[in-house]
Amino acid sequence: MTNEELQAYLTGEFPKAEVTLGKQYVEMIVKSEDLVETSIKLKGMPQLSMDYLFCLTGVDYPEKMQIVYHLESTKHRHVLVMKCDTADRVDPKVDSVREIWRTAKYHEREVYDLMGVHFNNHDDLRRLFLEDGWGFPLRKDYKDEVRIVER
Amino acid sequence: MSETKEIIISTDKIHTDQYLVNMGPQHPSTHGVLRLLVSLEGEVVHHIQPHVGYIHSGIEKMCEAISYPQIIHLTDRMDYLSAHMNNEAVALCVENALQVEVPDRVKYIRTIMDELSRLASHQLWWCVMGMDLGALTTFFYGLRDREHILDIFEETCGARMTVNYNLPGGLMFDIHPNFQKRVKDFLKEFKTKLPEYDELLTGNVIFRQRVDNIGHLTLEDAIAWGVTGPSGRGSGFSCDVRKHQPYSAYPMVQFEEKLDTKGDSFVRYRLRIEEMWESIHIIEQLIDNIPEGDYAVKMKGVIKLPEGEFYQRVESARGEFGVYIVSDGKKNPYRVKFRSPGFSNLFALNKMAAGHKIADLVAIMSTLDLVIPDIDR
Repeated sequence: MTNEELQAYLTGEFPKAEVTLGKQYVEMIVKSEDLVETSIKLKGMPQLSMDYLFCLTGVDYPEKMQIVYHLESTKHRHVLVMKCDTADRVDPKVDSVREIWRTAKYHEREVYDLMGVHFNNHDDLRRLFLEDGWGFPLRKDYKDEVRIVER
Repeated sequence: MSETKEIIISTDKIHTDQYLVNMGPQHPSTHGVLRLLVSLEGEVVHHIQPHVGYIHSGIEKMCEAISYPQIIHLTDRMDYLSAHMNNEAVALCVENALQVEVPDRVKYIRTIMDELSRLASHQLWWCVMGMDLGALTTFFYGLRDREHILDIFEETCGARMTVNYNLPGGLMFDIHPNFQKRVKDFLKEFKTKLPEYDELLTGNVIFRQRVDNIGHLTLEDAIAWGVTGPSGRGSGFSCDVRKHQPYSAYPMVQFEEKLDTKGDSFVRYRLRIEEMWESIHIIEQLIDNIPEGDYAVKMKGVIKLPEGEFYQRVESARGEFGVYIVSDGKKNPYRVKFRSPGFSNLFALNKMAAGHKIADLVAIMSTLDLVIPDIDR
């Protein structure tokens, strides 16, 4: 599917989500309570079959924490950027998608480690790179004592 | 006379419980500081839990405080064997965001350098693959040929590994007048040397027994775990970014995406050797046709990206490398994420190695071609 076709298809299929055409890829913002259900459909529906999660990360915005999923279909070769917002920036909680895309297990651990996003139903949510009690460096309010260049 | 007791050992009464062994962080076959917590039953691997982060350097956090041309300098500290591809990913991402079209000359040179890096990386991989399995000779053969590529890099951009040759908008400087001749000389020589690799290792009976039918990864698992590069293609996962999302001069060249469906260690090995032939083939198509023109577009002194999100995928020697930049319109990015191929590939190791002997784990890990700074970032 081209980006326009994909956008039209997703708008029809997921009325609750907000589908926009980004500069490169189609972007879809889903509500956190619909995340798992949407993900299962994205992977399972033969017209979409988004089976390859190539990037999972988080972005700390001033008013929200956003988890970004870059998905591709290895069959149809279309790419979708799915986003899930949590209004709670201090203790964000998002459902885990590790059972849908297995690589997400460790990507979610990385996001938890660096951004402090708690993934519900994750079987092994521990720190990945840093020590326990380090803080969450990719949050914007993280104080880096030795940082030289000020933004 | 003392009585001699007959000791009868009945094998069905011996129980080998599972026990845990730390492999690493300082282990020669992990190629860096990587710790695998291996649970064993006898010498059969039951489960592998990789522990990473020993050389986590916080590159993504550092990037938030520096400008875009400076970010390029950090990217080749991640996967130092694919330094040029990583640099290119950031440069392309910035160029696409600013809608800058670079001259064809830049595209050609970038692609040639990409493929030279891929050759050098695969050569080093081949060296250590042999060495991990106890064949030291391969190390000398591989490094002998890699030296020529590093010399070309040194002459072109002053550095041998951390090349830093790309800038947003083009290259740091033009190619050296000797570049084309030296690359052609190297290719001519390497084409006679590459069959030696096959003679030395590919057909070796001992080597084949260590890799044939070992470490299977199915296509479903490869996709589910996001295993890309030659490791994923060995399972039949068509994931070559150069084919599917072509960049630089890749749309202009003919090459084949090498695929196999068997998914064992030997296939992953063979595909890398075949990729070297493809790289030679790509460079040969480009090296004589580098168009005249500028080596860079004039960019503003301070590069500011428009507000928004930008993603660029490139094919590094290990698989799909991605750069995700979130910009708020300032001279520094708001957030940078590097999707490193090694990170996803590593965590599929348990799928491949569980059920095999611990000695095979070393062979399987070799075929994944891990570079630890690429995983830890």
